[in-house]
Amino acid sequence: MVEFALPKNSVLKKGNFFSAPEHARHIKQFQVYRWDPESGENPRIDTYEIDLDDCGPMVLDAIIKIKNDIDSTLTFRRSCREGICGSCAMNINGKNTLACINAIEDYPGTIKIFPLPHLEVIKDLVGDMSHFFAQYASIKPWIETQTPAPADMERLQSKEDRQKLDGYYECILCACCSTSCPSYWWNSDRFLGPAVLLQAYRWLADSRDENAGERLDDLEDPFKLYRCHTIMNCTDTCPKNLNPAKAIAEIKKMLLIRQQG
Amino acid sequence: MDQQKSNRPLSPHLQVYKLPLNAVASIAHRITGVILSIGLLLFAGSLLALASGAEAYAVMQNILHHALGTLVLWLFIFALFFHLCHGVRHLIWDAGSGFEREHMDRNIYIELIAAVILTVISFFLI
Repeated sequence: MVEFALPKNSVLKKGNFFSAPEHARHIKQFQVYRWDPESGENPRIDTYEIDLDDCGPMVLDAIIKIKNDIDSTLTFRRSCREGICGSCAMNINGKNTLACINAIEDYPGTIKIFPLPHLEVIKDLVGDMSHFFAQYASIKPWIETQTPAPADMERLQSKEDRQKLDGYYECILCACCSTSCPSYWWNSDRFLGPAVLLQAYRWLADSRDENAGERLDDLEDPFKLYRCHTIMNCTDTCPKNLNPAKAIAEIKKMLLIRQQG
Repeated sequence: MDQQKSNRPLSPHLQVYKLPLNAVASIAHRITGVILSIGLLLFAGSLLALASGAEAYAVMQNILHHALGTLVLWLFIFALFFHLCHGVRHLIWDAGSGFEREHMDRNIYIELIAAVILTVISFFLI
């Protein structure tokens, strides 16, 4: 349902201020969303001043520095620090992206860090992704076949057929796109959202999959697929430079072609 | 645990998200759609005035020739053309093209400029 304002318990308060050490010469301010499930209070924005001479180059480095040296209560997900695991997806200065592949110096002024938008917050920058992954499971993200497996080899794929997966298989399911999509904000209970629809197309486009008919039946739904109104926030924000909006258009096209027999 | 879960806040969305041009155009497409629906009522009203005889027609003419009436009329015409241009873009999208990331902003400007040009052309035709 469309609800523009935040619920009462989610409205932001002013938070704490942590100033940089006195000898610091290159100071950068970070404003970070904080919410502690045990406090019973509303979320707040804490401000941290960081000495850039004593910090790695990426936004994730700054967040790790805050946790290591300034405030160990700060909670966030991170793992690979090279844009392949998708854990450190967050909203940085108004755009969803991965903290590990964005340099601090590319952001002028104060850097504002929020969890991915319109998720239930578990703690600080950690949003609840269970619904997102349940939706992912619902599109059956694996090869489904009718024919028996070849006796002595794998199911092969020509180079050309393999190329049809380019731009889709690279998705790391960081959820930057889905949580950037206003349609997903208002209708995530039934709309699958760009990430999951891109994945759905990835299996539709796979020459080895033999279940396209059933996959399309599942997707032909006013909410699951057709809540996409080509707002294109997904494509704009994807940190892997993929194009979920295009993948969704391809699914819509497949359904149309099927209808015409 | 359950109680803790229900306490969870919703992370900020519209409050913090910096909408790209394309999203703004998408909202504008909806708003102009609403404006056009209202405008259609006004248009029907003016037709009614036309059908109800000379007196009503004169009143309608007065309203439309008033500065405010003229402004509303031209905003309506611009809304019509913007809605049309973005609609054409939706058609192109539905055909599966026009999704290039690097052209997203450029395409919005083309839409806007086309809408302005069409409005100016109608100004000279009317």
